[in-house]
Amino acid sequence: MATSKVDLHDRIDPATGEYRVVAPGETFRSVTEKITRIVLTPHTPLGWFGYFAVAGAGATMLLVALCWLFLKGVGIWAITQPVAWGFAIINFVWWIGIGHAGTLISAILLLFKQGWRNAISRFAEAMTIFAVACAGLFPLIHVGRPWLGYWLFPLPFTMTVWPQFRSPLMWDVFAVSTYATISVVFWYIGMVPDLGTFRDRSQSKLGQYVYGMLSLGWRGSARHWMRYETASLLLAGLATPLVLSVHTVISFDFAVAVLPGWHTTVFPPLFVAGAIYSGFAMVLTLAIPLRKYYHLEALVTERHIDNMGKLMLVTGFIVAYGYAIEAFMGWYSADHWEAFLVWNEMFGPMGWSYWMLIASNVAIPLTTLWSRKLRTNMAFMFFISIVVNTGMWMERFVIVVVSLTRDFLPSSWGTYRATKWDYMTFAGTLGFFTFLFLLFVRFLPMIPMNEVRMLLPSAKVKQKTGPEVVS
Amino acid sequence: MPPREGTYGLLAEFETPGDLVRAAQQAYKDGWRRLDCYSPYPVEEAAEAIGFHRNKVPLLCLIGGLMGGAAMFSLETWISVLAYPLNVAGRPTYSWPAFAVPAYEWTILWAGLSAAFGMLALNGLPSLYHPLFNAPNFRDGALTDKFFLCLEALDPKFDRVETKAYLENMKPVSVVEVDY
Repeated sequence: MATSKVDLHDRIDPATGEYRVVAPGETFRSVTEKITRIVLTPHTPLGWFGYFAVAGAGATMLLVALCWLFLKGVGIWAITQPVAWGFAIINFVWWIGIGHAGTLISAILLLFKQGWRNAISRFAEAMTIFAVACAGLFPLIHVGRPWLGYWLFPLPFTMTVWPQFRSPLMWDVFAVSTYATISVVFWYIGMVPDLGTFRDRSQSKLGQYVYGMLSLGWRGSARHWMRYETASLLLAGLATPLVLSVHTVISFDFAVAVLPGWHTTVFPPLFVAGAIYSGFAMVLTLAIPLRKYYHLEALVTERHIDNMGKLMLVTGFIVAYGYAIEAFMGWYSADHWEAFLVWNEMFGPMGWSYWMLIASNVAIPLTTLWSRKLRTNMAFMFFISIVVNTGMWMERFVIVVVSLTRDFLPSSWGTYRATKWDYMTFAGTLGFFTFLFLLFVRFLPMIPMNEVRMLLPSAKVKQKTGPEVVS
Repeated sequence: MPPREGTYGLLAEFETPGDLVRAAQQAYKDGWRRLDCYSPYPVEEAAEAIGFHRNKVPLLCLIGGLMGGAAMFSLETWISVLAYPLNVAGRPTYSWPAFAVPAYEWTILWAGLSAAFGMLALNGLPSLYHPLFNAPNFRDGALTDKFFLCLEALDPKFDRVETKAYLENMKPVSVVEVDY
């Protein structure tokens, strides 16, 4: 992969004097062509089918695992006393966390006017939605009788039983369902103008019908665009406090309990930072192969990968700070149980998980991501993204499982060993996620064309009557 | 509404956003009010040029958000105090700090839905048919790389011949007549 030194002259656009976020020489039409040809071609690349078959097999495995679960009950998993929250809750927290980077890119970086986000925002949002879909599955199947899942909602039943709103688990229902809904709306509204482009450029009758329906008749009127921009900005402004609240509420599920290791005020910021950390790792896991296979290097540039590396460095340090505070509080609280918990995490029977998490979340990424050379090395960044994703999963494992195995009374201590159904369900959601993502890449605009057009030098309106850059 | 017949308007095509904005400013200055610009990405100056400065999306968003928050908070209060009071460790049934979290989420939910669907409703979308799609050059460029100004026949100043000459004065790439 190219790790050539990019000099300043190349990085600044002479036409606008601003940092380049799109490779030089791109025009409105070339950007449109690059993105539409991926979807509107009748020839699906053979490699896509290969990946689709593998991901489809994973999704099928999930289906098998779920069928067996519904037949036999949650006893097929390793959950029992004292570890009643096993893989299901680890996976739930992990998947939801991955979604957070998508919202951060699409909402928070929009508010901060970070133009470089435009090219990666759409597939990061798609990642959010598919990750939330995988996450939402877990509490639902973990309740044991998922067909009664609607009891979670305040609905007028004949039994006149109502939910208990003082429980963080109830807050979770509203946080996650709101997050899923707003993410889908934000994603779809963002896609409407691009679907209009697909409608106009599609050669097939079916494509024109389907994209025509989905684009809702978008025609690019200046009045429409202004309302659209206002709505996007408002949605971004709403999604920002939402995304921070979602993982905060999830951390309340733990922090409100009295269990040592859970009952701590550092959880909300630690969870949010960790969520964004793992989310950026997942964006990289997806972006690096995508830009290579679909030749999008001009739109998702080295600078994007570099910037995401920097963001991972920042959030990684917040996460490292959280671990340090956890260890410090174990000593400083002067609480026997807290001190034991920290010892048990590090040197207990499952201590390997703690050191694995420290290695993959702190030791490896936070020492190497300082180097610009490494941050722009695609193979290395792909490797780091996998490492961090693993590390964040291990973090959830340490929080959920290790804390639960040994609480106050030694007589109630236990251990945990996941069954094959646990692994199959988790691996199945990875397959399901990839399955959905491949469908998205094939049939929907994975890069927001209208937003990338705004970044081109020819998009600037010049009031003087001199010659303009004609695209 | 019965289908209209005749001319919808005259559509001028431009190569750059600057040309479009200057033409729109000129037309607005000359008294045109039934006009619109079409561009492949938001051109704020174009909306300003045709006298479109404010929109009602933020108001809808505010109303939606307040109603969502109030609805959830009332629901929680009604459930916990009247419909199904539960004594959980002696805490008061009206424990409003705990109710704030779902109410906060619903404020965001309904504010977001109101902003998104309010925007679509104010734009008159979905409307799968529009006369502009009949123009031969509109669908090739409007959402790709071309910029359009449409002077509509409903404007009292509209005259098929004079308006066409007026638009051609602005040096567009082309001027075409759009039928319903």
